[in-house]
Amino acid sequence: MAKMTLEELRKLRDTKKNEIKKRDLSGRDTQIVIGMGTCGIAAGGKIVLDAFLSELELRKIDNVIVTQTGCMGLCYVEPTVEVIAPDMPPVIYGKVDASVVKRIIDEHVVGKQMVSDHVFDRPSADIIKDGGKR
Amino acid sequence: MAFRNYILVCGGTACESSKAGAIYDALVAECRAQGVSQDVQVVKTGCFGFCEQGPIVKVLPEDSFYVQVKPEDAKEIVSEHIVKGREVRRLLYDKDSSKKHAKVEDIKFYQKQFRIVLRNCGFIDPENIDEYIAREGYVALEKTLFDMTPDDVINELKIAGLRGRGGAGFPTWMKWNFTKQVEADEKYIVCNADEGDPGAYMDRSTLEGDPHSVLEAMTIAGHTVGARQGFIYIRAEYPLAIHRLEVAMKQSREYGLLGKNILGSGFDFDIEIRLGAGAFVCGEETALLASIEGRRGMPVPRPPFPAVRGLWGKPTVINNVETWANIPVIILKGGPWFERIGTPDSHGTKVFALTGKIRNSGLVEVPMGTTLREIIYDVGGGIAHDKEFKAVQTGGPSGGVITKDYLDTPIDFGSLTKLGSMMGSGGMIVMDEDDCIVDVAKFYLNFTVDESCGKCAPCRIGGRSLANILDKITKGNGTLEDLDKMEEIGGAMKKASLCALGQTAPNPILSTVYYFKDEYLAHIVEKRCPAGKCKSLITYSINTEKCIGCTACARKCPVQAITGERRAPHTIDPALCIKCGICLETCKFGAVEVR
Ligand SMILES: Cc1cc2nc3c(=O)[nH]c(=O)nc-3n(C[C@H](O)[C@H](O)[C@H](O)COP(=O)(O)O)c2cc1C
Ligand code: SF4
Ligand code: SF4
Repeated sequence: MAKMTLEELRKLRDTKKNEIKKRDLSGRDTQIVIGMGTCGIAAGGKIVLDAFLSELELRKIDNVIVTQTGCMGLCYVEPTVEVIAPDMPPVIYGKVDASVVKRIIDEHVVGKQMVSDHVFDRPSADIIKDGGKR
Repeated sequence: MAFRNYILVCGGTACESSKAGAIYDALVAECRAQGVSQDVQVVKTGCFGFCEQGPIVKVLPEDSFYVQVKPEDAKEIVSEHIVKGREVRRLLYDKDSSKKHAKVEDIKFYQKQFRIVLRNCGFIDPENIDEYIAREGYVALEKTLFDMTPDDVINELKIAGLRGRGGAGFPTWMKWNFTKQVEADEKYIVCNADEGDPGAYMDRSTLEGDPHSVLEAMTIAGHTVGARQGFIYIRAEYPLAIHRLEVAMKQSREYGLLGKNILGSGFDFDIEIRLGAGAFVCGEETALLASIEGRRGMPVPRPPFPAVRGLWGKPTVINNVETWANIPVIILKGGPWFERIGTPDSHGTKVFALTGKIRNSGLVEVPMGTTLREIIYDVGGGIAHDKEFKAVQTGGPSGGVITKDYLDTPIDFGSLTKLGSMMGSGGMIVMDEDDCIVDVAKFYLNFTVDESCGKCAPCRIGGRSLANILDKITKGNGTLEDLDKMEEIGGAMKKASLCALGQTAPNPILSTVYYFKDEYLAHIVEKRCPAGKCKSLITYSINTEKCIGCTACARKCPVQAITGERRAPHTIDPALCIKCGICLETCKFGAVEVR
């Protein structure tokens, strides 16, 4: 992308907002977000990321996109993973390891059920969601 | 098929003990009995915090938050909420209970946390600028470039009442205004990301999770005060944060959000990263600027303040990472919005790194004016392993302890200082009954003594003398005069040290002597460490009535200090014992005792 003008930036923002709203990320409807701050990585975030990628490939599941984010604030249960699947509320899982990765794919992504014992609450409401006052 | 509802039952250790298991079973049974098993999934979750109100049950997607739920309530939750779609009002958390400080209506009623600084952490991919942009990123920059004058920006910060989050709490608008008003051919913007307090990692997480918020804010400052160059001074021990900043800066330049002629406005601004080698004193602003210039990082007397004469003698705005991260939101939502959050003394939120003997350690962001009790018990889930709360250290090595009696103080810059501690950068270390207060004071003092740059005598010599006295006390050689001597030396350091490192170094001692005099006296007069931490003052022994002679401890003892026949009580030879405590951990019968 070349340098933008004000108009182009605003257009880009609107497009990206819509994409996020529709959760239509390059044609895939399910998003798995892995907490990859220093805390998450120290607790095994990279291993979890690899486990998701290889498990999804192994099972030829292609409607899932795996991305990373910073610290969700739940350092005591790292590694943490958020799963955003169609028709389900977004869920944060904590204390995720390779076996939990398998359960998340089996139960949540495929079976549309939450994985008991690993669900944690997002620590706060989202102040940006409703947009800024312009 | 996905379910219509999800019932989340809090299954943290605290709630587990108060019947969460039974509630879960009851809910599952009720769903089956009322024929809705197909529509709803009952899920056991981790701790939600807020354990005092537990057990907690949350129903999605409505986000209904039920507190103090009993197994008998399962029937009503299912028949009312799930079947009829009506919330069970009597179980909802009472939203009106004494919410004096939280003036912002949209804080979800049970969630104590309110994320301004951490708004994007855990939401966006920090290496993808598009996600930042999609969440109103760079809207604030647009506004300041095209719709607002520099004075409007400063005025907005003034209304907001934002105070620096790096420790001292200086009003941010004043700094910017000083720099703006000085005539100079060059001015600079600096981000202080040196974060060196033990236990603190707020700034690291912010940079790792949302680097663009800081870049955007620095650019806004550049435009406001008339600077074209910014520096981020960050410690080399933060490789991931540095990487994310580099990626973010590259993407911003590609988009034309950094560099020449930003968004076609004619304004040029760019940022460079400067790595610090991790000396704590380099976080002090004058030392930091010296370090950026390539000189040894030592503080110099102020005034002149950096806002007037800073980097290479030019007017320089220097702010902390967290201060920066607040700025785009203030511009976006307006000063009055921000001003309403918090207390009359301190507006907005504060991020704390909650560590130590706490159940849910982590990064928390709460409105100013939240009480320590709410942070520790509601957000943090209380003390780990159900131990007794003893004290909490705020302000890191410059701060002090706060005791049980002050848990309900609404915290802001002013109230913490009044208690003999300080806000500091936001480290919050929780101690329980097993922590020795003298040992804690020694830990912090040794930290500042190691980190003193040695330039001025009160800090260099005073700190060392204090450390020697504390060492003497923990070895059982202290005298009552030592307490007075520490206060005298501490007082002199406060008055005469050049920078805040030396001025605040005695705080951990002065505050612990004030609040825990008994514990000092126990060490000095009775030669006893009540918490069983100070090695010179404790002895390990085996209770012959409890010992069954399993030999486990004898086999683990690294110096063979434990002897005894199989199935007969064992004994520890105090002359050989090195007080490592391994026997205490090993014994399953509680036979090893510390005194
Ligand atoms: C010994 C010492 C260490 C400091 N360390 C830091 C630090 O790591 N990060 C920081 O932002 N401020 C630190 N400060 C405070 C800075 O001197 C300065 O007040 C701050 O960067 C100003 O930014 P603010 O107004 O946004 O808080 C330190 C001060 C002293 C005396
Ligand atoms: S107070 Fe300590 S750290 Fe500060 S200038 Fe003096 S010797 Fe250096
Ligand atoms: S481990 Fe405990 S019970 Fe076993 S020998 Fe040692 S003191 Fe006795």
